[in-house]
Amino acid sequence: MKRALTGMTALALIWSAGLARAEDRKLTVAVSIPAADHGWTGGVVYQAERAKTLLEAQHPGLKIIVKTSTDGASQANALEDLTTQGIDALVTLPQNSDELTDPIRQVKAKGVFVTVVDRALSDPTIQDLYVAGNNPDVGRVAGEYMKSKLQSGNVVVIRGLPIVIDEERQKGFDTAVAGSGLKVLEKQFGNWSRDDAFKVMQDYLAKYPKIDAVWCQDDDMAVGVLEAIKQASRKDIQFVIGGAGMKEMIKRVADGDTMIPVDVLYPPGMIATAMELTVIGLYDQLPVRGRYVLDATLVTKANAKTFYFPDSPF
Amino acid sequence: MSGISTKSAPTRSLPSVDLAAVAPFAALAVLVALGALVNGNFLSVENLTNVLTRSAFIAIIGVGATFVIAAGGIDLSVGSMAAFVASVMILFMNGGFGDGGLGTVATAMLLALGVGALCGLANGLTTTLGRIEPFIVTLGTMGIFRALTIYLAAGGSIAMKSQDLRALYRPVYFGNVGGVPVPILVIVAIAGLGAFILYKTAFGRHVVAVGSNEDVARYSGIRVNRVKTITYLIQGLCVAVAVLVYVPRLGAATATTGLLWELQAITAVVIGGTALRGGVGRVWGTICGAMILEIIGNIMVLSSFISEYLIGAVQGAIIIIAMLVQRSLMNRARG
Repeated sequence: MKRALTGMTALALIWSAGLARAEDRKLTVAVSIPAADHGWTGGVVYQAERAKTLLEAQHPGLKIIVKTSTDGASQANALEDLTTQGIDALVTLPQNSDELTDPIRQVKAKGVFVTVVDRALSDPTIQDLYVAGNNPDVGRVAGEYMKSKLQSGNVVVIRGLPIVIDEERQKGFDTAVAGSGLKVLEKQFGNWSRDDAFKVMQDYLAKYPKIDAVWCQDDDMAVGVLEAIKQASRKDIQFVIGGAGMKEMIKRVADGDTMIPVDVLYPPGMIATAMELTVIGLYDQLPVRGRYVLDATLVTKANAKTFYFPDSPF
Repeated sequence: MSGISTKSAPTRSLPSVDLAAVAPFAALAVLVALGALVNGNFLSVENLTNVLTRSAFIAIIGVGATFVIAAGGIDLSVGSMAAFVASVMILFMNGGFGDGGLGTVATAMLLALGVGALCGLANGLTTTLGRIEPFIVTLGTMGIFRALTIYLAAGGSIAMKSQDLRALYRPVYFGNVGGVPVPILVIVAIAGLGAFILYKTAFGRHVVAVGSNEDVARYSGIRVNRVKTITYLIQGLCVAVAVLVYVPRLGAATATTGLLWELQAITAVVIGGTALRGGVGRVWGTICGAMILEIIGNIMVLSSFISEYLIGAVQGAIIIIAMLVQRSLMNRARG
């Protein structure tokens, strides 16, 4: 009780300090993120807009510019345009590490506070703050759950796209199931698309008479996988594990759906975490520099409600 | 008047027509044999119906693309258009209009056809009245339809909310009539209709005439712009029909719906023997091309000896080899 009170007082202090200073401090924060080209990035855009509204309401002098870009090259251009407008901080989820390291270095050279989200730059000395999910753990947590549930059996895997994130998740999964009784029958790419995952799953079902579980790394793809299983009326598949934390899948977990018993979190909300931390650092001069790696939390029926955002597009 | 161009075209290429038309089916047969070798399950009824059913979207869109390409045009917007039409259709069903049952589904289907036709008409009119290259016009509308879809979905997905409607509509993809899946029946119906229009009507002959030589067609009294615009309208309608079959499968439209369908449709059309420069249209060849594309993907997964990283390369190689087989067959026919 006492601790809670102190916490609240501290919060109130921070709050009032922020308000008091807000009048005379006009600051601009640029947020540069990928365009909503699939569910997860859609979630990122939603969470960034939501955080913008909340933060601008808290700090009247604060201006947040959210800019989405469809690819690495156009994001590099966007970064230049944002910098010329004069910004105090940049929160960015780079399309890819290699292409954007130098453009972000140039932003940094102008004395801007740089927060990097999700995808690490090739040169980590550029960033002041790094906020990310834990990709290897997305695979590891799924693999370990599968191991504990099945002990032995046949597993098929649907991967995303051949990029670093996918490799890290796959490695985490492979390490977790290595040496267990689980046999990975096959891995194929489903391009993080429902339609492609549906196709790959149909083909798996035609190829293998007995499959015990499916790991498809992403909740969007799980939708296609479930539909393919339903169509084939196959009873051998005990469960499917996706990942990320799409609201439909979180709801299935909460409802106790046996086909989707758990989900592994890789929340698009990390962009909002990064924005909040950046703004706290700017206004309240609290120490925020460093690396924040969010857990790949296992969402179960018991805790699913905490992770359910019915209004989010993802 | 139009008799001049239509009469001379078939007589000139008559000797090669038959084998050229058969060639894609020969390539399909070779692939089926390959599939059977790779995995015994390939020839199972379940696998084959799965694959043929899956080819429905590209096959149906391909019928429209056959018209556009035969008339010397190109439409890059079909994939985005499919996503957009699907979004509008699902949003309508979620809107609670109609009786919440069969009436709602039927109205939504009509709406989808209307939206598809309008999208196609917009492409056609901008190309003909605006006198802009169709490549540029449809590249533009491709971006517009995709962005509108993402906007409507607020970056996420648009899913059918009513489980009753989903259950009602589901058989359009998963159902069958006498053992033949509904989407395959739709392919046959659309291709039959397309073939009839292209081969048996004056309009069909005009399409081919415009594609082989626009100026000659114009001097022959063909209203070139009208013919071209209608091909885009047909393309829009075909996209809408594909959407009618697509929506009941996963009951949702997302930002990745229809991604790269335009390239697959164009590939199917070309594999089927339609010339990319226009002047020749082969509807049944296109259907065959769409099935070839889907079967290649299926064989890739069923085979166990190709690294998942190399699948794209093998798919590309198979498409090129299939085209080479066709070409050599046609050359032999010419002797």
